[in-house]
Amino acid sequence: MNIKSQKDFFSGLMFMGVGMAFAWGATTYSVGTGARMGPGYFPLLLGVLLAVLGAFITFNALVVERVGGDKVGKWAFRPLFYIIAANLLFGVCLGGLPSIHIPAMGMMFGIYVLTFVSSMAEKGMRVKATFILATVLAVISYVAFVLLLKLQFPVWPDFITG
Amino acid sequence: MDLIANLSLGFSVAFTPINLLYALIGCILGTLIGVLPGIGPVATIAMLLPATYALPPVSALIMLAGIYYGAQYGGSTTAILVNLPGESSSVVTCIDGYQMARKGRAGPALAAAGLGSFFAGCVGTLILAAFAPPLTELAFKFGPAEYFSLMTLGLIGAVVLASGSLLKAIAMIVLGLLLGLVGTDVNSGVARFSFDIPELTDGIGFVVVAMGVFGYGEIISNLAQPEDDREVFTANVTGLFPTKQDFKDMAPAVLRGTFLGSALGILPGGGALLAAFAAYALEKKMKLKPGEVPFGQGNIRGVAGPESANNAGAQTSFIPLLTLGIPPNAVMALMVGAMTIHNIQPGPQVMTSNPELFWGLIASMWIGNAMLIILNLPLIGMWIKLLTVPYRYLFPSIVLFCAIGVYSTNNNTFDVWSVGLFGVIGYIFVKVGAEPAPLLLGFILGPMMEENLRRALLLSRGDWSVFVTRPLSAGLLVAAALLLSIVLLPSIKNKREEAFVEE
Repeated sequence: MNIKSQKDFFSGLMFMGVGMAFAWGATTYSVGTGARMGPGYFPLLLGVLLAVLGAFITFNALVVERVGGDKVGKWAFRPLFYIIAANLLFGVCLGGLPSIHIPAMGMMFGIYVLTFVSSMAEKGMRVKATFILATVLAVISYVAFVLLLKLQFPVWPDFITG
Repeated sequence: MDLIANLSLGFSVAFTPINLLYALIGCILGTLIGVLPGIGPVATIAMLLPATYALPPVSALIMLAGIYYGAQYGGSTTAILVNLPGESSSVVTCIDGYQMARKGRAGPALAAAGLGSFFAGCVGTLILAAFAPPLTELAFKFGPAEYFSLMTLGLIGAVVLASGSLLKAIAMIVLGLLLGLVGTDVNSGVARFSFDIPELTDGIGFVVVAMGVFGYGEIISNLAQPEDDREVFTANVTGLFPTKQDFKDMAPAVLRGTFLGSALGILPGGGALLAAFAAYALEKKMKLKPGEVPFGQGNIRGVAGPESANNAGAQTSFIPLLTLGIPPNAVMALMVGAMTIHNIQPGPQVMTSNPELFWGLIASMWIGNAMLIILNLPLIGMWIKLLTVPYRYLFPSIVLFCAIGVYSTNNNTFDVWSVGLFGVIGYIFVKVGAEPAPLLLGFILGPMMEENLRRALLLSRGDWSVFVTRPLSAGLLVAAALLLSIVLLPSIKNKREEAFVEE
């Protein structure tokens, strides 16, 4: 059997899987009756609904003819990896990782890390330009978030502020 | 006259220097993100929500509202000059606006969009002020069954407007509803789907979902596309003002667009996008006058009509939010979040319990529209310069502001980890062609729907027929069914697909 629409086929599978997972999870809570709903009632209902919808979408994807096959296409692993990594490393800089003894480095350091790592999402790194961008962003963030909005951030590394 | 008394209360609130300042900040930010492709109002409002903690609630909402309609203005600039819709609602503006720019008439096109939007914004604000009180009266007659049905109608409405597959959009709503249920169940105190992670017992933060899916997901998919050569008409913006003939042509189009936009904006799930499409279709149906430029080749009506409509729709879509507490689109869903941050329960009681907030917000919309026309027309050169900023400087900044925004919501690194996860999920959505806006709407409405379903069935002792025996509730459900069946009719289905193909 041919897949007529890849996008629909895989999204259908995704909905089916997630729906079943939620429905299954819901049965571990008390479901109750309509008049006295338990915590599992509504999620069970929705989970089943989502799984059914997913099944329909998958079925349609196998039957209804589509121009060009609606391909999912190549995954852009490079931007995916660097953008998410930049975000996670920024989190590490702010909070540190006590479990493996990484100290909190603070927001200012984090901004440089984030800017450099996320810039790698595009090919052709320009070190100088990225450094200037990071500095501009650091100044803006310090003025806007720390001075004006007074948000509570670890701004500088732990070992400096003590 | 109540209306005048109310509006003057509103203006007295909105005209305080501090609120004027926040309206201005909101408008500038809104125009900025509207002009810059690749970041929309949803991600921006999500980013700025944490920053509004420190502000008084009225100022916070005024600023966020400014971002919303500022983005509608800014989006049209990009559409006309670069042929890129900065906002989804300015998709149709591209068609004729860009052609006008190519013929050296970018100035009049921008002016038509700006003036049309301003007029529509004024009318929309008046309609909002006039219709909100009676609708609020109606809302007090609503019981849990009515609320449940109304939310169903709203969600169906939102789905009908989503581009692409209807089934997929419905599935995204259901997925959103489910994600909204994660966390402690208010009735039984059971922590659902929290996997014993303490942070998850409070539920998933909607800032996390919005930023991950709309912010990161979009950046990643933008970066995946090779940068194509864009033709930017920056030098051509001379002679901003339209000719007398232009005014004659665009005035009726503005009126029609405003009327259509206001009506469609009120519908739950309606809004700016549909309004713009409908207004363009209407203008196209009107007979061409002798000597007029055909549509698709730079007709000024094709700019003025849709631009007025989307701004009017943006304005009146506040009506369901302010009167019923039901967000009609993803941006409004975030406004609900902003209100709850400030301990204001959105709904009919807002008008009586916080009149200065309610009327202040409405008055600030008019002020905001006036500011926008000042910001946009004389300062157009500045915004055009922004278009030349390369994306490689933009996206690290967006990632940074998302990360800072997420962290500062709860001062918690757990949120930073979760937004990374939702970024990956958002990219998967893009890949499989599932539109994320309905998901966010479902996410906000999930707990509300469950609560109202529970109450309705508790009162009826488990009898599901309560939803169809109560006339108001039955009417809303019939409307939802009608909407759905209209879209499923073969002839309309094809039209709808055609309309979205142009995106």
